[in-house]
Amino acid sequence: MSTHEIRFSGFGGQGIIRCALITGKALSLYDDKFATMTQSFGPEARGSACAAQLVVSDERVLYPYLTHPGILLALSQEAYDKYWSELPKGGILIVEQDLVKLSGEHLELKLYRVPATRFAEEVGNRLFTNLVALGFLTAVTKVVSAEAMKKALPGLVPDRFLKVNIKAFEKGYEYGLEAMNAGGAAS
Amino acid sequence: MDGDHAIAEGALAAGCRFFAGYPITPSTETAERFAERAPEVGALFIQMEDELASIAALIGAAWGGKKAMTVTCGPGFSLMVENIGLAAMTETPLVIANVQRGGPSTGLPTLTAQQDMMQARYGSHGDYNIIALTPDSPQECFDLTVEAFNLSEFYRVPVIILTDETVGHMHEKVVIPPAEQIQVVPRNNYSGPKADFRPYQFDSQGGHPMTQAGDGYNFHITGLTHNERGYPVMTAEQSKIVITHLMEKINGNADQIIRLDEDQVDGADVVVVSYGITSRIAVKAIQDARKEGIKVGYLRLITIWPFCEKRIRELAPKIKAFVVPEINYGQMVHEVERGAGGQCATISVNHCGGAVHDPEVILDAIRKANQ
Repeated sequence: MSTHEIRFSGFGGQGIIRCALITGKALSLYDDKFATMTQSFGPEARGSACAAQLVVSDERVLYPYLTHPGILLALSQEAYDKYWSELPKGGILIVEQDLVKLSGEHLELKLYRVPATRFAEEVGNRLFTNLVALGFLTAVTKVVSAEAMKKALPGLVPDRFLKVNIKAFEKGYEYGLEAMNAGGAAS
Repeated sequence: MDGDHAIAEGALAAGCRFFAGYPITPSTETAERFAERAPEVGALFIQMEDELASIAALIGAAWGGKKAMTVTCGPGFSLMVENIGLAAMTETPLVIANVQRGGPSTGLPTLTAQQDMMQARYGSHGDYNIIALTPDSPQECFDLTVEAFNLSEFYRVPVIILTDETVGHMHEKVVIPPAEQIQVVPRNNYSGPKADFRPYQFDSQGGHPMTQAGDGYNFHITGLTHNERGYPVMTAEQSKIVITHLMEKINGNADQIIRLDEDQVDGADVVVVSYGITSRIAVKAIQDARKEGIKVGYLRLITIWPFCEKRIRELAPKIKAFVVPEINYGQMVHEVERGAGGQCATISVNHCGGAVHDPEVILDAIRKANQ
């Protein structure tokens, strides 16, 4: 049985929860896996810390929380500072390269950096940062398929922005593939 | 889909066509979903002025021929308890979901708890009975909401779905079967001679028909102690008849109503009794305890009320202890202890709300119980 534990983190307004929802839906409905999503839920506003957790398994997920998170997506400095140390040796750390200043080299981790906000602006609006990051995550983690992710988008992003969200996803995905081809962990 | 949305879908699948409620975190998503879906199925959604009015509207809707529900959490449930008593007394089928958050009072609006277990059972005054179900996942939120309506219709009793913020906001795959595969108990309306209609039958074990206001049958419902026609008869003799019926239509059918989920309970030295989200935390502790060689069983209460007293009594002499984790200061643990009747130890693993247990704390309790 293969299990993956993923933490999505950043600040409110970046679409962090949406990232987990899209990934969970893709895995559950289109990749034939089981996924359980829990989220920080409180009177938070835009700009404050925000995280969502996803447990992925071939079988029904019993314990719904993270015990050994192997993948961390950190789209803010605060999120990176707070969560990177819980990754085990060989864990996958993905950071927003323009928003996160690394505190070390993280040689023990598989470190990936993606200029998600900048790419999103190129696509049209920084609102699509989360989709760029998701595309990138899909390419480098291979936990979920790109096809499933794209299928999961309708209903979770507004119809009128579906195309541009897919474009943002693909931009991140291609950049992720390049990062992989360039020899894994890019810095 | 999250648990809150699954409750709304379960209600629609069960034939619920009336929803009256007042939004409150963490249950609001159910109301939102129902409101959005209501026009598609010809259902009515009303945002009421408060919870007192919500539950009153449900009673009216039920006697108007509709299957009806509302959703709330602790503070709203507190406002509903008076009319829950009226619904129990008038044997009105309705479903209330309580997506529990931390209390008392307004407590922890956005954080989880299981502190309303006793309130669900005993919130209103006087002797009466209800049924309550505790889902552990969005899938069960759907399945048990359908079952809640079925039980409510058959026994003509308020049924309460006692879930919590964690399950309510947890997203998982929910499989909704095609409508023809979902077993639904339809409203049973009387159709015999007008003179013979009785809204109540005090030796009924379920399935006694109702009528729908406007169908031409004379009926009367009241919170006063009443006869089979529904008219007040305020005597000790009639009270014995009515209350015995309200209690025994549930107690006497507890074996049919109660659903449990068990794993490795037979032959266990320690049995963890849990429900709702806590059972999914307990699973981790149980798995770890088994790795240490402790024979530990898992007993999950899907039906929380009526309480599975018989099963607890059967197990008590065969085990060292029950371990009862729950996100409250210790509520159902007293029921377990009562059922155990001193034949084994009962260990409470309480939690004051705002989060789930650390599985390590439950594991420690299992270790102690095994000594």
